[in-house]
Amino acid sequence: MGITTVSFLLFAAVVLLGNYLLPQRARWVWLLIASMFFYLTAGWEYVIFLLLTVATTYLAGFLMDRNLQKQDAYLAENKQTLSREEKKAVKAKTKSRNRIFLIAALVINFGVLALFKVLSVAPFRGMVDGTALSFFVRIGLPLGISFYMFQSMGYLVDIFRTTDKAEKNPFKLLLFAAYFPQLIQGPISKHSELAPQLTAGKKFDGKEFSFGLQRMLWGFFKKLVIADRIAVAIAALKAPEFTGMGFFLLMLFYAVQIYGDFTGGIDMVIGLSQALGIKLTENFVRPFFSKNIAEYWRRWHISLGEWMKSYIFYPISVSQPMLKLSKSAREKFGNFGKRLPVYVASVATWLVTGIWHGITPNFILWGMMNCFVIVVSEELVPLYDKFHNRFGLKEKKWYGGFEMLRMFLLMNLIRIVDLFPNVGEYFRRVGSLVTTFNYHILWDGTMLNLGLSVADYAVLGFGIVLMFAVSLFQEKKGSVREALWNKPLLRYILVFILVLIVLLMGKYGVGYDASGFIYDNF
Amino acid sequence: MKKKIALFLAFLVLSGIVLFCLQALLIPKNMSGKLLEGALISEYYDNAGHNDVIFIGDCEVYENFSPITMWEEYGITSIIRGSPQQLIWQSYYLMEETLRYEKPKVMVFNVLSMKYDTPDSTKEQEKREEYNRLTLDGMRWSESKWNSMLASMSKEEREDKVFTVASYLLPILRYHDRWNQLTEEDFKYWFTRDTVSDNGYLMKTGKVPMTNHEERPLISYDFGENSWYYLEKMTKLCKDNGIELVLIKAPAVSPKWWPQWDEQIETYAAENDLLYINMLEHQEEIGIDWDNDTYDAGLHLNVYGAEKAARWFGKVLQEKFQLADHRVESYLSGIWAEKCETYHNRKKEMEEK
Repeated sequence: MGITTVSFLLFAAVVLLGNYLLPQRARWVWLLIASMFFYLTAGWEYVIFLLLTVATTYLAGFLMDRNLQKQDAYLAENKQTLSREEKKAVKAKTKSRNRIFLIAALVINFGVLALFKVLSVAPFRGMVDGTALSFFVRIGLPLGISFYMFQSMGYLVDIFRTTDKAEKNPFKLLLFAAYFPQLIQGPISKHSELAPQLTAGKKFDGKEFSFGLQRMLWGFFKKLVIADRIAVAIAALKAPEFTGMGFFLLMLFYAVQIYGDFTGGIDMVIGLSQALGIKLTENFVRPFFSKNIAEYWRRWHISLGEWMKSYIFYPISVSQPMLKLSKSAREKFGNFGKRLPVYVASVATWLVTGIWHGITPNFILWGMMNCFVIVVSEELVPLYDKFHNRFGLKEKKWYGGFEMLRMFLLMNLIRIVDLFPNVGEYFRRVGSLVTTFNYHILWDGTMLNLGLSVADYAVLGFGIVLMFAVSLFQEKKGSVREALWNKPLLRYILVFILVLIVLLMGKYGVGYDASGFIYDNF
Repeated sequence: MKKKIALFLAFLVLSGIVLFCLQALLIPKNMSGKLLEGALISEYYDNAGHNDVIFIGDCEVYENFSPITMWEEYGITSIIRGSPQQLIWQSYYLMEETLRYEKPKVMVFNVLSMKYDTPDSTKEQEKREEYNRLTLDGMRWSESKWNSMLASMSKEEREDKVFTVASYLLPILRYHDRWNQLTEEDFKYWFTRDTVSDNGYLMKTGKVPMTNHEERPLISYDFGENSWYYLEKMTKLCKDNGIELVLIKAPAVSPKWWPQWDEQIETYAAENDLLYINMLEHQEEIGIDWDNDTYDAGLHLNVYGAEKAARWFGKVLQEKFQLADHRVESYLSGIWAEKCETYHNRKKEMEEK
């Protein structure tokens, strides 16, 4: 049941209706039923893996929590008699025991995820033909497996770090993992933030409900009118003959598609949740306004970045070997040596992020390119500062625009690597930017042979301008919905116009091969 | 609060009106060009209520029989419920729906569609959905239309059944992307339609002499289970309602009507006490001149051929079922006089073009 289908809209309507008709205390049960129904429609086999994750997470969480409770009880009982060192030793012992449960759960769950990921790659797929593992190939990547696994494992790490409490009710934990809107597109939520909301059964709030539906509509616009419309041209521009200007156009078009697709999907998910009275964490905050890569990654797929930072980057950077490396590097290389462990942790984090996107050289290169730009940018900060101060550039508005444009183009150049069949082809195309000057494709009729008509370009142009205008408003003045809240007539008219645009200009219908969501593949 | 609710409701009503108007604009009008056939099914409702004979089937009925000639020659009131590539279950549900509007004495079904057992077995699969639309969009909402829609879904329609059903209920979902293909015709016929047929007969006056249509032998000549199922249902429906079901194979040489098919229908008709006429076997009696009576080399008859076929077939029906000559009834004479005038004017106009 794709999120842009009529079936999903009907399903969402039933869920919303049921949610508010039921007593508040029963709403989480309703959400659980709805989520499980939604998951079953994707394929009953997938439920096995969802339940495996929830069962192992529950068990590991329960055992860690029991150990922590025992530890707390023992420490409370012997508060007066134990020395500071003895207390530390007790805590270390508990931590060591809990580490076993945590590692066991991580190995089982990430093992399953890794197996699916590995078997999605052609050479490995062929190796398991006729074996029991071919089951994994046959069913393919279960819906939302990365999202529910990242959430569940993050939850366990938080219990291990004692920053979260274990959930006593396994069904509530199941709802946290399987909550249907976020299974489709993320975001990756923290248990401590999401679980209490899921089970609270919030009272109906007309404003939040209306805002939620409006955000869903905006998501439909971005996905159906923009991203799915431009997809056909991207498929055409991927052909090997499109070099130079063709490649440049592909970069721009892909940026539009991926922005519309990712943020559109997230708008639908967050919007539906908002209508249900559940506030999900933001995943994209106008990333194309970023002036440097660090800012970009604070605005793009925020929850994944946060997860990687909390559960990969930090543990590596504060691990014993890293602390040792830090010490010795500082002695040898001074300030750079101080930063070296951070860079090593960055490389590891980006490697994992790349591999998670896909076990292909393209995604590994994508991760490493991001890491490279981050490290170089970090190293060049003093130089940049000197340059900016020398010419007073930071105060100049045009320079801010230049920085945004530079970042936009740079990220486009990195992002596009996953579109090509191999890394060599990617470099050939990138190289063509400086070797092939075929600007004539802009006016010689090529643009109309990409599967887009003049009307399509007009719709895309209008859509991009509208997205930009809305983003600019949000960046400068805040929420558009909030600004319209006290102007009901204008709000109704604008909403209706947007409904009409989605209805008439959206790419959907019989025979239309909906492209799904790009993030479904991860 | 009351003001807010009133504003919201007013907005809802206005939105509904705008959507209704937009839907009416975007739906194909089929008033000119190649797809006039798309207007045939809906024209029935303006002419329902007093027909003794109802023809049901694909292009072999709406191109090959002239109800006006049957009226002029014998006073038989008849109408054709035809549509392009009409499949047998669509014919059955059209028959069923017809009974909501009138109870004719005779239902005539062209058996060529027996050869298609399922929506997936038809030719031009990529156009199946469009063909379905040409039959189903014109039907008024009823249980028959609902069942016909479910039975007709093509492979691509079945991929998202909920959307397909929704798009029949709200055709704007199907035709939403026609906004950049709108023509003057869409605005001219926004809320009205001309009549493109003469009681379901779609007139063609061109002449293209028949050519040789070779067809490769088939692997199997047995009609499918589903086809038989719907033919049985037709038989039962007509028997239950005291209507004579007449099976015909219209006089068209292509697609080929294989002798093995003919035999199966003959046997079925005999077993069920039905009249079956393969008009291809009566070409000489009908008087079809294949050099002058077909507009597309033998696939369909032109108006001259259709008049001959109607003249011959009307006589058969009158003799066999003692159909009344309604020309003596002033009410019907008045109605049909108008129809005849339109028909002859149309014929004259088309001949002059």
